[in-house]
Amino acid sequence: MKQNQEPPFVAWLPFYTLLQKEIRRFLRVASQTLVTPVITASLYLFIFGATLGERISILEGFSYAQFVIPGLIMMGVINNSFSNVASSLFMSRYLGNIVDLLVTPVTPTQFIMAYTLAAMIRGLAVGVIVWLISCLFASLPWAHPLAAITMACLASFLFAQFGIIAAIHADNFDSLSMYTNFIILPLIYLGGVFYPISILPPFWAKLSHLNPLFYLIDGFRYALLGVGDLSFLVSFGVVSIMTMALFFWAACLIVRSYRLRN
Amino acid sequence: MPIPALAIQNLTKVYDGSPAVNDISLSIDCGEIFGLLGPNGAGKSTTINMIGGVTHIGSGSIKVFGFDNQRDYRTARRLVGVMHQEIVIDNFFTIDQALRFHAGYYGVRDDTAWRQRLIDQLGLKPHLHKVMIKLSGGMKRRFMIAKALIHKPQLLILDEPTAGVDVELRHTLWDFVREINRQGTTILLTTHYLEEAEQMCDRVAIMNHGRLVALEATSTLLKELGTRSILVHLQSPLTHIPDNLCCQAAELDESGTSLQLTLSANQPTGELLKNLCDIGLPIADIETRKASLEEVFLQMMQAGRVKP
Repeated sequence: MKQNQEPPFVAWLPFYTLLQKEIRRFLRVASQTLVTPVITASLYLFIFGATLGERISILEGFSYAQFVIPGLIMMGVINNSFSNVASSLFMSRYLGNIVDLLVTPVTPTQFIMAYTLAAMIRGLAVGVIVWLISCLFASLPWAHPLAAITMACLASFLFAQFGIIAAIHADNFDSLSMYTNFIILPLIYLGGVFYPISILPPFWAKLSHLNPLFYLIDGFRYALLGVGDLSFLVSFGVVSIMTMALFFWAACLIVRSYRLRN
Repeated sequence: MPIPALAIQNLTKVYDGSPAVNDISLSIDCGEIFGLLGPNGAGKSTTINMIGGVTHIGSGSIKVFGFDNQRDYRTARRLVGVMHQEIVIDNFFTIDQALRFHAGYYGVRDDTAWRQRLIDQLGLKPHLHKVMIKLSGGMKRRFMIAKALIHKPQLLILDEPTAGVDVELRHTLWDFVREINRQGTTILLTTHYLEEAEQMCDRVAIMNHGRLVALEATSTLLKELGTRSILVHLQSPLTHIPDNLCCQAAELDESGTSLQLTLSANQPTGELLKNLCDIGLPIADIETRKASLEEVFLQMMQAGRVKP
């Protein structure tokens, strides 16, 4: 046994390994992490696409199913990107196995990017599966495909950062679930997934402009259908600023090892 | 002058206004087995956590083979393997997967031969594909040792590795530690079992309330602070302890045929034997015994150097 020979260091390997571990983690419980959100989205599609949707018309030239599908895809992307990193990082903190990472040469950049990329992969995978299932109910024109992919990637990146922030600030499982139940879920439902903001009374329509998810959902819908309440540039601009702000916030927490190292 | 494996300078860590580690400095040579001892709450784990990077350094510096563990943290951490006191595992993965991941975190490509060696030597083979949650406490400890060694660290830190483990594992562990030490790995260990430190460590440091109260070669510490005792078996029973043996902390057993005498560190044994002959005690046999590290530790506590 030749133990005292130092093995060569491969600088990118810590990032790759952490990414691989995070992906395997959610694949290992795929029934919870991939199948459940897809079933939830499919139920929404069935209700609004095949049953109620036939009796609702809110956007000229498009069926209600076509209107609601971009929002449902975005809902899957947002929820799963957030919960992937939030649950994994919080569990590591809670169970104490975060020390396995803290003692290693993983850099803050590698740490953030591995958790973020894994969360994006899960979020986007759910989004793609929801889109494929939605093809059974309605086809989308994909007016601006590059813009649609950009918005989906921005959404998953943004909510991965929010997941990091939530996982670090949460003290227990209850406070972690509060981020989902009291922040993300209301903002999604009030952000125009099921209705266009333009049909609301003026006061509520103006108030909806304060909802950051409105810009994500509307921008994504514009990219897929070619119509939206706002111009794509406004949506893209607001989402980009939010993404940078949350990335900066998450990066500050990780660089300082806030609530990770004592 | 050779670069020490670990050099700690004026290390301090304060929690809520009270120092957990208070201005400690020590140096560990390459290839040494060094013991860090002390009662609960002495600051041993805080010190180890600062070396490993789990805890921020309050003030002072830590250098691992000359690399500052804050400025050159990537290099310093690659050189250190830490087995933590608490069992920390990821229940999602099997032993085999977790070991591969851990090597990767250190930027080390999977070395199948080395991984296999660790698995074999630590008896992990039958459990290799079990998820962690299904392992016994002893197996989890064995896995944690393998995990600390998977990237071939030059300095291995073992924080109470034998706490709550059975005798067999304890022997396996120490044999393994000795073997990797012979291969060139420097060892820093903490243990509550002082006889283990006595058997394993070249040098020991004793911490109390965050401060270093002793730092010596194990043999020197035992020689300087350790008392020796002499058990005198008598041919005929004594009714009382002779007056001129009272200063030897003499104790007579109930039958009156065994007399235990204590020698201070510097008192020559011959002087006491001459005294016994002068008294004319009917000596049948004599046993001598050196104090253990545990007794030295208790002695230091009684002297107030180490407070419980």
